[in-house]
Amino acid sequence: MDFVIKARDLKKIYKMGEVEVEALGGVSFTIERGEVVAIMGPSGSGKSTLMNTLGCLDRPSSGEYILDGESVASLNDDQLASIRNRKVGFIFQSFNLLSRLTAIGNVELPLRYAGMLEGRRERAKSALEAVSLADRMTHRPYELSGGQQQRVAIARALVNDPAIIMADEPTGNLDSKVGKEIMNLLLNLNRERGTTLLIVTHDPMIAEQTQRVIRLRDGLLDPDVSGAAGSGKAAAGEKK
Amino acid sequence: MNVTQALLEALESLNGNKLRSGLTVLGIVIGVAAVIAMLAVGRGAEASITGSITSIGTNLLFVFSGGMEGGGRPGGGGGSGNNDRPLTLADAEAIADPFAAPSVQAVAPALQGSGTVTFNGENASTTISGVTSEHALVRNMEIAEGEFINDEQMLGRMSVVVLGPETADNLFGHHDGVVGETIRIEGQPFRVIGVLVSKGGGAFGSEDDAAYVPFSTAQARLIRRNSRDRVDVIFVQAVSADLVPQAADEISNILRQRHRTPIGDDDFTVFTQQDFLSTFATITGILTIFLGGIAGISLLVGGIGIMNIMLVSVTERTREIGLRKALGARKRDILTQFLAESSMLSLIGGIIGILFGWLIAFIVGQIAAATNTMFSPLVGIDAILLATGFSAAIGLFFGIYPASRAANLEPVEALRYE
Repeated sequence: MDFVIKARDLKKIYKMGEVEVEALGGVSFTIERGEVVAIMGPSGSGKSTLMNTLGCLDRPSSGEYILDGESVASLNDDQLASIRNRKVGFIFQSFNLLSRLTAIGNVELPLRYAGMLEGRRERAKSALEAVSLADRMTHRPYELSGGQQQRVAIARALVNDPAIIMADEPTGNLDSKVGKEIMNLLLNLNRERGTTLLIVTHDPMIAEQTQRVIRLRDGLLDPDVSGAAGSGKAAAGEKK
Repeated sequence: MNVTQALLEALESLNGNKLRSGLTVLGIVIGVAAVIAMLAVGRGAEASITGSITSIGTNLLFVFSGGMEGGGRPGGGGGSGNNDRPLTLADAEAIADPFAAPSVQAVAPALQGSGTVTFNGENASTTISGVTSEHALVRNMEIAEGEFINDEQMLGRMSVVVLGPETADNLFGHHDGVVGETIRIEGQPFRVIGVLVSKGGGAFGSEDDAAYVPFSTAQARLIRRNSRDRVDVIFVQAVSADLVPQAADEISNILRQRHRTPIGDDDFTVFTQQDFLSTFATITGILTIFLGGIAGISLLVGGIGIMNIMLVSVTERTREIGLRKALGARKRDILTQFLAESSMLSLIGGIIGILFGWLIAFIVGQIAAATNTMFSPLVGIDAILLATGFSAAIGLFFGIYPASRAANLEPVEALRYE
């Protein structure tokens, strides 16, 4: 089987002075190419830590993590930056667009960091077309509605053809109608392009639309409900 | 990301906060302008002094009575109580001997004193020099009107005078059409036979305020010295600039022989124009370094301003940095971005500062011209390069710390920053 994510016994321990806090207590699961998976859990359950680790924004303290065939647990900062650039598309709750840049400028950013010199505009344009924003290319973020801003962010996540798109509460800052549109857009991308989606949410309505839900509790997979391939160990996870 | 792109983006980003960028740039503008203007003033002073030293003659040597170690300025008035033999006309003639001193082109002995000149009730105190006909040649003097003292007037001890233009102005209110008038020097009548071309003020006071009479006339009636034939100073022109040192040696040998003094115990001093030039070059060099140093401090303060604003900017844009890192920016990319911004600030400041400094130098020159001071600040290409290089270095130096702080932010922390 073709796995985009293979995580085995991922642990993340934060040192806060003398106290060690275990945010992830050994998490193992896999995600197949083309899957739509939701990560759910109460706040403080380690969702964000897991997402950051899977998105290569942070390194696990221990454990093995293979993203799109590359083992990333022991890479240095610049190598991680390159992995994020090529393999991961991020969508944030608060859009995180750069207000100085136009919509297309924002979408171009990952291509710029990929070192692409020519054809950036065309790539960025087709990504904006994919989210039906071709007519808003030269608008700046503050000239766009929330839903439009999130669609620019989706285009930005798409533009480098990543192996996986990770969305952190993508509809959290939107009203329910627009949120629904954004979810439909993401699911359409999955259907039409086969894009693998990982969505962190605490909205059950959204989780319902995904194929599988990974539930976290106290830094471990919740064994009762998780459809994960491997369940968390019964270690007593301390959490903040 | 290549450099051009980084600079363009930096420009765009700085443009987003015009007031702040403008104020930061202002610090550099003031610093660079100060450096340029100060160096220009120093350079101008040097050029003006060099110019005035050159204008007193070409390949000129000065022979004064009294040894170098004889205390104080050489060549003072007569009657000193020491055993130095004074310079005499005979000494001057010996120096003029082409066999003994082949490197010497012309010799002009002179008596120098001061006195009051009067015309129609107008009084003026001025320098009075008793000179020979060679004086005009040796001292690069040009006649605006009339003629200089000739040998006949010299031999006849005639009561004729050549006036500097300023003295003529003081007496007549103008300096043309005065040839043929009779003025009084120390009460004695003298006929004006010529007026000199203005040389402008110089390091030795104005050469334009002077009256020149035949040497013999001065000796007999105006500037009395306690011994006959005594001269105050002998001006010597060497054949060429290369032969100036050799001429100095020849003069020294002749005078040692005539005065019977051992080497190292001379009772005279030979001073060359080059000696003057190097003395003043040292002084103006110190002046320039001093002024430039003060200006450099203001440039440093401007640099600290850049660092300050870049640190604020990094803090403000922590989230942006986090996002860029999430999108794949490496440390180097972030470093480049912030260095480009700080360099841009100092570059723009540098360019405006150069123009501004130039303007200041120009205005100083205009003021000097308006007040008849022979002084024009020179903006040298080296000063421009220095200021540009220095401000670019300041942009980089003071940008590195904030930029590396930005580059080393943890993406997770940065993204979470509110």
